[in-house]
Amino acid sequence: MTDMTAAKPAVRVETPFQRFRAEFFESRIATAALIVFSSIVVLALLAPWITPQNPYDLGQVDVLDGRLPPGSEAFAGYTMWLGSDGSGRDLYSAILYGLRISLSVGVASGIIALAIGMMIGLIAAYMGGRIEAVIMRLVDLQLSFPASLVALMLVAILGKGVDKIILALVVAQWAYYARTVRGTALVERRKEYVEAAQCLGLSQTQVVFRHILPNCLAPLIVVGTVQTAHAISLEATLSFLGVGLPQTQPSLGVLIANGFEYLLSGRYWISVFPGLALLTTVMSINLVGDHLRDVLNPRLKK
Amino acid sequence: MSTFIIRRLLQAILVMALMSVIVFFGVNVIGDPVHMLVSPEADQAEIEAAIRRLGLDKPIWEQYLLFVKNAMQGDLGKSFIFGEPALKLIFHHMPATLELAFSALFLAVLIGIPLGLFAGLNPDSPISKGIMAGSIFGFSLPTFWVGLMLILVFSVELGWLPSTGRGETRSVLGFETSLATVDGLKHIILPALNLALLKISLAVRLTRAGVREAMGQDYVKFARAKGLSTNRIIFVHVLKNIMIPVVTVMGLELGSLIGFSVVTEKIFAWPGMGKLLIDAILQLDRPVVVAYLMIIVVFFVLINMIVDILYSILDPRVRLQDQGA
Repeated sequence: MTDMTAAKPAVRVETPFQRFRAEFFESRIATAALIVFSSIVVLALLAPWITPQNPYDLGQVDVLDGRLPPGSEAFAGYTMWLGSDGSGRDLYSAILYGLRISLSVGVASGIIALAIGMMIGLIAAYMGGRIEAVIMRLVDLQLSFPASLVALMLVAILGKGVDKIILALVVAQWAYYARTVRGTALVERRKEYVEAAQCLGLSQTQVVFRHILPNCLAPLIVVGTVQTAHAISLEATLSFLGVGLPQTQPSLGVLIANGFEYLLSGRYWISVFPGLALLTTVMSINLVGDHLRDVLNPRLKK
Repeated sequence: MSTFIIRRLLQAILVMALMSVIVFFGVNVIGDPVHMLVSPEADQAEIEAAIRRLGLDKPIWEQYLLFVKNAMQGDLGKSFIFGEPALKLIFHHMPATLELAFSALFLAVLIGIPLGLFAGLNPDSPISKGIMAGSIFGFSLPTFWVGLMLILVFSVELGWLPSTGRGETRSVLGFETSLATVDGLKHIILPALNLALLKISLAVRLTRAGVREAMGQDYVKFARAKGLSTNRIIFVHVLKNIMIPVVTVMGLELGSLIGFSVVTEKIFAWPGMGKLLIDAILQLDRPVVVAYLMIIVVFFVLINMIVDILYSILDPRVRLQDQGA
């Protein structure tokens, strides 16, 4: 043991973040997944500059280009490497623009659900008693229904639109965060450092937000990544069913739905390529989340 | 025991009351009930008649009581499209959904448990690693996407299996079923497999974890020491012990299968209540939507209650804990 520390003096000055980073990049699959996901985000952000066509500018879309197989040349002269959809949009461009919408809806709903769930979970854990009992009953009740069904029920009542889909996804997911935070916070609350902070005369809000909350972040991050992947997939499902985003906000799910009618006649590319984009996004987030769980979980440490 | 069941029943009634309040508020307060429950083609006189029938001129608590009273009598409005009571429509489409859900559950158990057993017994074999990687795919792939790929491969490219509808059905015990004819069976394979995919992954993981835990336990060591054959240990002793949690969890998943069937039914044009719901949402046939929501809530509350009671029978600790609280 002493030999090890002597051989690697750097270990002693390593910050927790550095250690976490080193452990994360130990897994090749997780590193690859993180690179893939980052590239997807960059591609989506750069979409207006790296696509041959703005698929939602009607002046740039030619109906005569419709349903062209991958590799065909568009009327405007560029090559449609992934083919075109029913109304003549270049699929490569449509997918990158669609990713922007899918990612922002998924991430926005994830962050809002995390914030709300975190507050409710902290309140439950810190207040205890009747408030906690009521909150946790509500959480249990909601978790007894699958999230997809809750979201579907909500859009059935609310209708289509970006704001409504985000609201539905938030309502469908807050309970997962609340349960996670409450569970961790209950354990943390009994630890000595909390007692010490209270003895120092810190206010309740300071104890909760400056001391308990930072120690609950690890599991929250894990649940957050997995839930965001789930939200993206759920939004795509709802949009595919025609109850999510409208045609004017074409996320990947809308693109896949548009291609469905052509699938049976063998024009596979209109559904398959947006589907592959969705798949790659969701899988890469899940793989990163899976590995984060291993790295951040102290019980699994050797 | 009976106190536990009575308590659980009371809880279920409380949950249903709470959910009826939520659905009622969702439809009548957040939404515009006249707009939602009266056909868009209705003229002024019809709208006024509907307002009186729904009691929308009365105070809100009275409206709620009326809603509950009507719901208790099975009146959740008439479908605009079919002109039939919404509840009757849903019950009419329910057997197809249940048939699909049970077939999927059957497939999940049939495929998932043997694979999980193999992966649990040979954790280091490459086949096991393949099975576990496959189960990660099963969890990550969106159901609707897998459904599309199944159609593309098995219906469009290979032409082996049909992709839409139930096929030929035959009446068994008063219910039309696809399971009784060859054509019907061909039609149910793809949708059932699609719906089962997530649950196959779940069954694989549960069984594998159960087997790995059980193999290290004393009773297995004791059976080995007694000189029993490996097959007997696995199939009689281990399997019996891990089956209880696996089967219970799979049963609990029945509810989510019914919920998820919305997606599968839409893709494979399976005429169940999930497809009915999506069509109703798209055609603004709101009484059917409200009726579906109420039915699915009742379904879930019942399933959860039954599972809780089964748990308490299988595992007395649950019952004792609940009484202590």
